[in-house]
Amino acid sequence: MSVVLFEEFALPEVDRREVLRYMGCRESDDETEALIDRAIEVGKDAFCGKVCFCELPLSVSDGQIRLGSVRTESKNLLKNLDGCESVILFGATVGIEIDRLIMRYGKVSPSLAVCLQALGAERIEALCDVFCAEMARKQGLQGKRLRPRFSPGYGDFPLEAQKEIFAMLGCDRRIGLTLNDSLIMSPTKSVTAIIGIY
Amino acid sequence: MKILDFIKNNLLILDGGMGTLLQSHGLAAGELPERWNLSHPEVIQKIHRDYYNAGSNVVSTNTFGANLLKFSREELEDIVRAAVENARIAKETSDSGKERFIALDIGPSGKLLKPYGDFDFEDAVSLFAETVKLGVKYGVDFIFIETMNDSYETKAALLAAKENCDLPVFVSNAYGSDGRLMTGASPAAMVAMLEGMGADAIGANCSLGPSQLAPVVEELLKYASVPVLLKPNAGLPEIKDGKTVYDITPEEFAKEVALLVGKGVRICGGCCGTTPDYIRALASAKPCAPAISKKKNDTLVSSYTHAVNFADEPILIGERINPTGKKRFKQALRDRDVDFILKEGLDQEAAGAHILDVNVGLPEIDEPETIKEVVCALQAVCNLPLQIDTADPIAMESALRRYNGKAMINSVNGKAESMSAVFPLVKKYGGVVVALTLDENGIPDSIDGRLEIAKKILAVAKEYGIDKKDIIFDTLTLTVSAEPTAALVTLGALRRIREELGANTVLGVSNVSFGLPARDVLNSAFFVSALENGLSAAIMNPYSVEMMKAYYSFRALHSLDENCSDYVSFAARLSGNETISSSVASSADNGAESLKETIIKGRCDKARELTVAMLGDTPPLEIVKEHIIPALDVVGKGFEEHTVYLPGLLMSAEAAKAAFEPISEALAASKAEGAERLTIVMATVKGDIHDIGKNIVCLLLENYGFKVIDLGRDVAPEAIVEAALRYKAEIVGLSALMTTTVPSMEKTVAMLHDKVPFCKVIVGGAVLTEDYANMIGADKYAADAMEAVRYAESVEADLK
Repeated sequence: MSVVLFEEFALPEVDRREVLRYMGCRESDDETEALIDRAIEVGKDAFCGKVCFCELPLSVSDGQIRLGSVRTESKNLLKNLDGCESVILFGATVGIEIDRLIMRYGKVSPSLAVCLQALGAERIEALCDVFCAEMARKQGLQGKRLRPRFSPGYGDFPLEAQKEIFAMLGCDRRIGLTLNDSLIMSPTKSVTAIIGIY
Repeated sequence: MKILDFIKNNLLILDGGMGTLLQSHGLAAGELPERWNLSHPEVIQKIHRDYYNAGSNVVSTNTFGANLLKFSREELEDIVRAAVENARIAKETSDSGKERFIALDIGPSGKLLKPYGDFDFEDAVSLFAETVKLGVKYGVDFIFIETMNDSYETKAALLAAKENCDLPVFVSNAYGSDGRLMTGASPAAMVAMLEGMGADAIGANCSLGPSQLAPVVEELLKYASVPVLLKPNAGLPEIKDGKTVYDITPEEFAKEVALLVGKGVRICGGCCGTTPDYIRALASAKPCAPAISKKKNDTLVSSYTHAVNFADEPILIGERINPTGKKRFKQALRDRDVDFILKEGLDQEAAGAHILDVNVGLPEIDEPETIKEVVCALQAVCNLPLQIDTADPIAMESALRRYNGKAMINSVNGKAESMSAVFPLVKKYGGVVVALTLDENGIPDSIDGRLEIAKKILAVAKEYGIDKKDIIFDTLTLTVSAEPTAALVTLGALRRIREELGANTVLGVSNVSFGLPARDVLNSAFFVSALENGLSAAIMNPYSVEMMKAYYSFRALHSLDENCSDYVSFAARLSGNETISSSVASSADNGAESLKETIIKGRCDKARELTVAMLGDTPPLEIVKEHIIPALDVVGKGFEEHTVYLPGLLMSAEAAKAAFEPISEALAASKAEGAERLTIVMATVKGDIHDIGKNIVCLLLENYGFKVIDLGRDVAPEAIVEAALRYKAEIVGLSALMTTTVPSMEKTVAMLHDKVPFCKVIVGGAVLTEDYANMIGADKYAADAMEAVRYAESVEADLK
């Protein structure tokens, strides 16, 4: 039986090089560094690290991938899950406050908004990394290993799958993560993904 | 017995979890539990009956997600009918000797409300209204709104319940481990809003176990006058042998809940992981005799994050969002330039205001529509509570309805007509209303006269069920230069209202100095006198250094500022500013090159100050042509050649914008107009909520002198067409980030070509390419902001 769990994770220190990369900068200068400092200061209380997840058996028939009530077709995902018998399905978010900050500074200071946007991207990736490391540790105890996480929208994995993933995980109730009619997630700094276990 | 009578003298025991029990009966993950009302009625009835038999006074219908987003109208009615029927059968077949009630359970919609999601507030109200109406039709004792993790959605649900039935409504929220809702509200903020709107019980459920929820419950108990409800999980979940296990036993659960009952909780039950065993333990735990809820007298207003308590210390209400006497502000209102107003709000927040007054009254605009738009824009990004300031009851209702929290309302007065228009709104939406001590006979010139009006207002408010704590008296500041005893009467009335009526007070202080020089000096002295006479709040200019000096000094002198630390940091900012301004003055001497350099480096404050200094001896247009544009060209070219990156481009653009501000003021003063450039309407298309890219393009276009009308994000095609026609835009710029919103862009482009054929359409956004842009019929694809600028320049050249 599939049991959905909810857990909060502490986020690691901000990786400034990643923030720089998400801003599209190949190099930095004093002004840009000061901008990153400001974004970190403004966003210091903005982030949480909420994840809901469950472990599901994987079944494939006629190219259709079935994970609990999630059904989808994707060659890329199938390749990623090759040799796996089960997966971890998860939804993660760093919360709504960063969206509010990005909107707030969008008009007052677009440069800061761009930097906060990059910081948000770095934070949600950091959260996913922390979560995946923890899952790898737990699976490792049972002699299992994990594939890299794979999200709807990667390759030919259709975004449409988001609807069933959200229903399956109860993301709205568990971590306050919702999906709009255009399949955009709110809060925007959020990830859903599948991790193959082998 | 009615439920509200029952809870007067008894602890009300709710039921426990439903989802986990259904799963043990075979409900699959992803399956909708509400359908089981129809497919497995015997299972649902058994669970309800087990709860009644275990000691629950209330079972909640299995309708957590029963709404029109998940079910068709027909199926929804079948589900609610069956759910109520299942609860009724359980109630009748239970052998419990206790008083038994049925609650219509309403959970969150699963959608996030605008502007962070795509679900409109009024659509949410209608959604919940449908479920409420069905519950009432099939016969429940009360409405139970639960597990809401967003204050705004909670408001929509409560409003729907209040507008569609006369049943009691209990409201419970899901608080996180930080003690706040997912969207930021504190328990005190929720009490302010929900009690203001007339909720009959307020509480916390789900997310955590009883001991982790204790701080939330204690805050609720501190501020709530209505009964407080607690329905926690059975601790925290973990997986053991492939099963979810909660980490506390029924006995531990009952003990922890009983502890909070001892502190004042009046209604309790369990949420995820709890079973009839937990409820049985709870119902038999001692001590379970409820403490009597005491009426609280705190005057609270709230925003989406926090409550402001008038008992704590003097409250500053920023007065700058008001067109009176402000040419630029009036223009912004006419142009629907909400960003300008937004910036005024954020600046006042930074200056130290606690509440923002919002007045957009201008004869030629649609005030109800404008105030709604401004309130929504402000509450999306600014966490201060708002004061809705309007003389038009329709505008007042339009703003209060959309307000995410408990607002201040400005104002009511002693005239019968005013009270009959304003008090029903205060009662329905909640709020703290400013009451002016004047009536049909004008403003009394005696202290007694103003006190009498205050008493009359309190008496009428009481008839509407509005408490004294939600009235805040304004004894009216008159001009001391016209009437020598004016200030004495105002202050005298203030003191007596405070002492004799025990009510809070507010003054708009600046009127006192009208017609006199150095107004700030007199205003701040009057402010201090008023504070000494018991003033609770001032409507004032937070940018006024004299007023802030008075404020920080008063707090330090009245033991409201521990270790004088706020005073010390305020004083440090004061001297800091003086140093900064002198150093800029000296560096401005070498003028020309340094402004260009400053803009290239992206230093906003310095760019503004240098420009102000240069305006002394340089014509404004020369500064633009010789200094600002060359700087922008250097940076723009660098960006195109990949030697400058996006943050650098933007920082320079912001510095250029800062330099333009004093220049446009100088131009307006000298009436010399710059060359008129094209008008460009910008928007992120419907369905898409990303707008950073669009904002960047707006900024750059403005830098180059184009007139930009920014419609924001998630904008319907019709609204874009309407704006293009209204502003006679030569260009419309559209942004979309997701493949799923490109169809919406395509529709907009087609409609623009059809209805506004003279207008060019430029598109951009992460998923777009040149080919894609051609396919959907756009005139131009721009890969970045500089390309958009170059295109606008080329369109302009063609038109000339």
